[in-house]
Amino acid sequence: MSNLLSLARKIDDRFPEVVQEIVEFRGDVTVVINRSALIEVCTFCRDDETLQMNRLSSLSGVDYWPEEPRFAVHYVLHSLALNHELRLKVYAPGDHPVVPSLTALWHGADWPEREVYDMFGITFEGHPNMRRILMPHDWTGYPQRKDYPLGYEEVQFTFNYERVQKKKPFTQE
Amino acid sequence: MGVGVNTSQESKTGAFGVVTTTLDQMINWGRTRAMWPMLFGLACCAIEMMSAQASHYDMSRFGMELMRASPRQSDLMIVAGRVSRKMAPVLRRLYDQMPAPKWVLAMGDCCSCGGVFNNYAILQGVDEVVPVDVYVAGCPPRPEQLMHGIQLLHEKIMKEKVFSK
Repeated sequence: MSNLLSLARKIDDRFPEVVQEIVEFRGDVTVVINRSALIEVCTFCRDDETLQMNRLSSLSGVDYWPEEPRFAVHYVLHSLALNHELRLKVYAPGDHPVVPSLTALWHGADWPEREVYDMFGITFEGHPNMRRILMPHDWTGYPQRKDYPLGYEEVQFTFNYERVQKKKPFTQE
Repeated sequence: MGVGVNTSQESKTGAFGVVTTTLDQMINWGRTRAMWPMLFGLACCAIEMMSAQASHYDMSRFGMELMRASPRQSDLMIVAGRVSRKMAPVLRRLYDQMPAPKWVLAMGDCCSCGGVFNNYAILQGVDEVVPVDVYVAGCPPRPEQLMHGIQLLHEKIMKEKVFSK
């Protein structure tokens, strides 16, 4: 744990004006950074001798609605050589969420970034193929956003059977 | 000297005899005894569907020897599993490619009514896109339930009118 904190401080020493916060929670250390410097910080993490985080383990989006900045993207970097894991986090505003893409550093960031775009509407700048991956291509809205309607159907019971039955969109032959 | 007593028509008269029936019934009998289901395993129900066809349950007893992977060679679509809204146009397209007469069996809760997936991404019942003949409840239904559903479908087909539709 102290080892992880020292790694996080190393990033802080290298980019003092970029690192906003270092959070430790139950053994996981997260470094919150400015999104404009994401690529520089990740390149440093990957290439530095003592960090050597050559694998992007995971990448995910978060919606903090109605707080502002609304969105966050969470990166888990892992070092295969030294076997340590550090998290990076960048915030993006709700009205125009754009985050730099990491596909130039790790090809494995391609599909996770498309998934985050599909589910949250966060655009990744510099991504070679920024389009939906899970939902149909003509889908409107971003389903994992907290203000997106769940879209469920009213459950049919005996007391409302007739009313629900009338609304059901049955197909014709 | 013969020991057994044979009372069949054939042994008495030496001819095969005459059976009277209607053309409807004969055609429907032919249809039910040679059904060609199409593979449409989408989720865990497909495992039960496979086991219904394997040696232990042996669905070929009902004239369903093998599943076809092509819609053009099949007349029964067993939709086994939840259908997402992305999959729905594909399902409808495959249904349209099947030659008539064709039937649809919705296997399991998910494709009958949405099941536990009551949300934006899953079709709330496959009857929104294709006309369903038989719904089989269960999550997933056991092979016995699937075979019961197929026998229900056979009963339904036997009542169909072929020419006066």
